Amino acid sequence: MSELKLMKGNEALAEATIRAGADAYFGYPITPQTEIIEYLMTEQPEKRTGMVVLQAESELAAINMVYGAASTGKKVMTSSSSPGISLKLEGISYMAGAELPGVIVNVVRGGPGLGTIQPSQADYFQSVKGGGHGDYKLYVLAPSSVQEMSDFVEDAFDIAFKYRAPVLILSDGLIGQMMEKVYLKDQKPRLTNEEVIEKYGDWAVTGKKGRERNIITSLDLQSEKMEARVRRLMKKYEKMEKEDMRFEKTLCDDADYLIVAYGSSARISQKAVELGRKKGIKIGLLRPITLFPYPKQPLFELANQVKGILSVELNAGQMVEDVRLAVEHKIPVAHFGRTGGIIHTPEEILEALEQKIIK
Amino acid sequence: MEVLDIIKPENQVFCKTKLMTDCPLSYCPGCGHGTAHNLTMEVIDEMGISEDTIGVAPVGCSVLAYDFMNIDMTQAAHGRAPAVATAIARTWPEKYVFTYQGDGDLAAIGTAETIHACNRGENIVIIFVNNGIYGMTGGQMAPTTLEGMKSSTSPYGRDIETMGAPLKITELIANLPGVNFVSRQSVHTHKHARKAKKAIRKAFENIKMKKGLSFVEIVSNCNSGWKMTPLESNIWMEKNMFPYFPLGDIKVDGKLK
Ligand SMILES: Cc1ncc(C[n+]2csc(CCOP(=O)(O)OP(=O)(O)O)c2C)c(N)n1
Ligand code: SF4
Ligand SMILES: [Mg+2]
Repeated sequence: MSELKLMKGNEALAEATIRAGADAYFGYPITPQTEIIEYLMTEQPEKRTGMVVLQAESELAAINMVYGAASTGKKVMTSSSSPGISLKLEGISYMAGAELPGVIVNVVRGGPGLGTIQPSQADYFQSVKGGGHGDYKLYVLAPSSVQEMSDFVEDAFDIAFKYRAPVLILSDGLIGQMMEKVYLKDQKPRLTNEEVIEKYGDWAVTGKKGRERNIITSLDLQSEKMEARVRRLMKKYEKMEKEDMRFEKTLCDDADYLIVAYGSSARISQKAVELGRKKGIKIGLLRPITLFPYPKQPLFELANQVKGILSVELNAGQMVEDVRLAVEHKIPVAHFGRTGGIIHTPEEILEALEQKIIK
Repeated sequence: MEVLDIIKPENQVFCKTKLMTDCPLSYCPGCGHGTAHNLTMEVIDEMGISEDTIGVAPVGCSVLAYDFMNIDMTQAAHGRAPAVATAIARTWPEKYVFTYQGDGDLAAIGTAETIHACNRGENIVIIFVNNGIYGMTGGQMAPTTLEGMKSSTSPYGRDIETMGAPLKITELIANLPGVNFVSRQSVHTHKHARKAKKAIRKAFENIKMKKGLSFVEIVSNCNSGWKMTPLESNIWMEKNMFPYFPLGDIKVDGKLK
């Protein structure tokens, strides 16, 4: 049984975090995601489930709090927006290196610098091309509705614990701020301390009762050991590509042209597809749901069918590089994007497709 | 008698606690870190809390503390140990959580995390090893480097005009209401080590009684970074460090001394 509510994306995500049985949330205010911590503080999940909510002194502190609780096998989240995520990157890299599960949410705003508080997808590179230092990747989920803001919380925790790795939910100011109907899942119980010890006692630091001590670290001063660690990480990422890559195809079966877009851009592109089809142009939409692992194979296959691809993004051209790589330059690929917090209209997208691809 | 006979267990009058592993210490001979580790582990052993203790190692010479301390430990990014410990203590309130940090870690890059964990009165212990220098990276100036003291980044001596005075972070945090116990000790002689152990013991007992944050500073030497023999460094420490960082309790049971 699920509950139907009208909610903001940020609030739906916050409520879903409580219901997913999360143990803790640590955050620091920044627009356009502050509703997440405000909602949690108002909801007092400590009383509902025993979940801890703490306003940290900075994003740096918040991500390292996530690192701490994750070291003990707890289910933890932090959220922020672009400038705050830049601060968290050292901690995210440490989590990847130390193989810790945890969920990070980025409700993206325009950049660089202090940029704008309006929606943007300009953190694509930061999210999927490392961002922090070292050889690591983040599993990245990109919601494109308030429903997915809610649903992806549990998915993100599942992946984080399946792989013992940090997972990023990459949203933006549009999805975070808009209100839609959302079906909320039922409350999942939080694990008891005994259950945490039983499930994760082989690696988590919970006190060494009845076993040898556990150590959480990302440091290996011996090169061979460090290389073995990097190889272990790469194996995980390969497994993610095989087992947990997600995407959605709309009207692709008979398509002559393809739009590739994720998150809010996908929502708007859907309208552009409808407009095009009304005009007799057969357009399909491929929406990557995971940005890493990226749906390379489905794109490669579609490149044998369609005449050209438009990558629609709220940035100056980032994901388009991965589209080009995926189709190996077999067909023309162009980018269309707006920046500065301006959101493209369906008409603009269709016009861009006609001018840049159909010609 | 051979050396190996002397160290046979039955011939030992005094031995290292079983909470120190057999892993050879990576510290320079004469360095105070090893003694500070040992005292901390003795306290945990004597209190019988080793199975309920979670330690947080810093970035600094003691980054490998987890190799030597035979308890569950996690290693924090440079300066972030108090944030890491905060989350562990909040999600496992019945555990004994402590950080072990150097002066660069705690009083430079991690100043915000230190002050805010202290101000929130997190129920944890912070062990702060102040050797007035960045030992691990080869002897650069720390926030606690004394006036006129030479380091690789203050080769002509610390200039107060441009670098400010050595930071007395311990006095600073002692003023915060969330902090219950603050003590400054040293470990370079048996007498000092015994006092330091008493302070560490009180700090861990405070966790049990949920008294809030306890902070034990250990003024220590870095013979390598200071470019002295161990003995010289200890004499220098007594003569120069102790007058500026005077030993003793600073705050007990929430009251400033
Ligand atoms: C973000 C970051 N900046 C800088 C360093 C390099 N670094 C490692 S240890 C250290 C200083 C440690 O000094 P201190 O905390 O006093 O510990 P000690 O070695 O003296 O015990 C620095 C600057 C790092 N590892 N990470
Ligand atoms: S460099 Fe200094 S602090 Fe580090 S182990 Fe050597 S003496 Fe100790
Ligand atoms: Mg130091």
